[in-house]
Amino acid sequence: MSVLVLAEHDNTGLKDATLAAVTAASKLGGDVHVLVAGQGAQAAADAAAKVEGVAKVLLADDASLANGLAENLAPLLVDLMAGYDALVAPATSFGKNVAPRVAALLDVAQISDITAVEGPDTFQRPIYAGNAIATVQSSDAKKVITVRATAFPKANAAGGSAAVEAVAGKGDAGLSRFVGAELSKSDRPELTSAKIVVSGGRALGSADAFKTVIEPLADKLGAAIGASRAAVDAGYMPNDYQVGQTGKIVAPELYIAAGISGAIQHLAGMKDSKVIVAINKDEEAPIFQVADFGLVADLFQAVPEMTSKL
Amino acid sequence: MKVLVPVKRVVDANVKVRVKPDQTGVELANVKMSMNPFDEIAVEEAVRLKEKGVATEVVVVSIGEQKSTETLRTALAMGADRGILIKAEGAVEPLAVAKLLAKVAGEEQPQLIVMGKQAIDDDSNQTGQMLAALLGWAQGTFASKVEPAEGEVSVTREVDGGLETVALKLPAVVTTDLRLNEPRYASLPNIMKAKSKPIAEKSPADYGVDVTPRLTTLKVTEPPKRQAGIKVGSVDELIGKLKEVGAIA
Repeated sequence: MSVLVLAEHDNTGLKDATLAAVTAASKLGGDVHVLVAGQGAQAAADAAAKVEGVAKVLLADDASLANGLAENLAPLLVDLMAGYDALVAPATSFGKNVAPRVAALLDVAQISDITAVEGPDTFQRPIYAGNAIATVQSSDAKKVITVRATAFPKANAAGGSAAVEAVAGKGDAGLSRFVGAELSKSDRPELTSAKIVVSGGRALGSADAFKTVIEPLADKLGAAIGASRAAVDAGYMPNDYQVGQTGKIVAPELYIAAGISGAIQHLAGMKDSKVIVAINKDEEAPIFQVADFGLVADLFQAVPEMTSKL
Repeated sequence: MKVLVPVKRVVDANVKVRVKPDQTGVELANVKMSMNPFDEIAVEEAVRLKEKGVATEVVVVSIGEQKSTETLRTALAMGADRGILIKAEGAVEPLAVAKLLAKVAGEEQPQLIVMGKQAIDDDSNQTGQMLAALLGWAQGTFASKVEPAEGEVSVTREVDGGLETVALKLPAVVTTDLRLNEPRYASLPNIMKAKSKPIAEKSPADYGVDVTPRLTTLKVTEPPKRQAGIKVGSVDELIGKLKEVGAIA
C-alpha cells in the first residue's frame, strides 16, 4: 500500500490541513508520499520533506499549476496514481475542487470529508449536516479520500527527512484561466486552526458591531473570528468567515457564539469544539442545547464586559 | 445557449433527521422532502440567464424515485422549460449520477451545466467535479457570480481565503454556492403552468450506465452526544467557569 497526499500550500509552506491529511494517510498503512504542485514551490516541498512520516516528496513546478486549477492538476494526479493505492487530499476548498475530478477520471467513488480511518478501505464520515455518522467501506481498487482537518491531529512538521523528487507537469489543459483573487486580509489566527473562535450572528446587527464588540474580545483572547450565515448574508462579515455545513468546519478548544441562534447548519460547523459558550438574549435558542456554558444576556453588554474583565 | 440543471430531492433542510435504531440509515418515512437548496440556486441562476436572453432553454434533470417528479415540477414552476426524470431506486452515488448526467449532456448538448455544490443529505460535494471530468470540460465550483461571455464564462468562486475568479471555456460545469442568488418562490399560476410542461421518463439502462454502488454503508450512527451544559448567571461566573476548565488562562 502506498498513499499520495495532495498538499495544499502557499509556495513557502504547507497549510495545516495538509498536515492533518498526512496523519490520516499514515493511518491507511504503507508509504506516504506528498505531491507539491505549483509554481516556485520549492520551499513548500522542502517543508513537506521535513514532515514526520513522509517517505518522499514529489515536486511538480510548472506555470500551469500556479493557481491550483483542477483542469491542469487532475491529469497529473491521474498519471501519478498509477503508482499509488490511495489519494488523500484535505477537505478544503482546494481539495474538494480537485479530488472528485481525479476520482472520476480513475473511475472510482470518492469518500468525502472523512473523520476516522477504521481500516485501509473503511472510513467514517458525517452526513446530514453532521447529524449522522456513516461508516462506509469502499470496493474500489484505488481510494480517493478527502480528510476533515479538525478530525485528525496535525503531523509533526519537523523530524522527517524525505527526498524531494521533481516530476513534470502535464501542461495547460486549455480549459480554464485564473483571472484573479480577492483574499481577505487578517492578522488573526486562521479560522480552521485557531484554538479559540469568537463568532457573531445576526443579532450583531451591523458590520460595525463586529468591529466594536466581537473584535476586541477576539483580540483579548488571541482568537479567530467566525460568523453565522445570517451575519454573512447581511454583509456584516465576508463569506469566508462563515462557520457551518457549507462554510468552515472548526473544532477549537473554545468556541464563543454571540447572538447566534444555533441552526442545524451552523452547529454542523462547530459542535466538535471542546468547550462551547453561548451568549444569547433568547433562552430558548437551540444553541443552548450544545453549549457547555450559556449566558442569557444582551451580547452588547455581556461581550464588552467580558472583554474588560479578561 | 442551452442550460442543463440537475436537481436532487432531499430531506428538507429544516428537518432534524433521526438515525434508525437498527443503524441502517436515517429515518426517511414521513419526513418532509424538498429540492436541495443549492439546486434551487442553480435553477434560479439558469432562469435568470434565460430572462437576460443568454439562455434559450433550461432543461432540468433529476435521478431518483418517481417522487422526484415533484422536484422537477418545482423547477419547472420556477421557470425551467422541460424535465427529464431518470428513475432509480435507492441511493445513487455521485459517480453514477455524474455518468448519467454525462450521457444526458451528450444528448442535449448544453453549453452550460449549473448545479448545486453539494446535496445536504450525503454532503459529498463531488458530482459537478466528476461530471466535468467525464465530459472533459472546465469546472467552476462554489460559484458566487457567473457571467457568460463569448465562448467563455467568468466564474467567481468562494474559496477558503476569500474569492477567486476563473474564466472557463464553454461548454463548462458550474456548481453553485449559497451567495450566488436568492431563489424565487414559484407563483400559483406558474405552478399550474408547470403541470403542462413535459417531463421525459428514462432509466439508467436507457443510458447504459451501471449504478451499482461502490461504497457499502456498514452502519449509520448518531454522533456523540454533548454532555448537558449549565447556564451561568453573570459574566463573572462565566469567566470563572472558563478558567476552572482551563479554556482560558
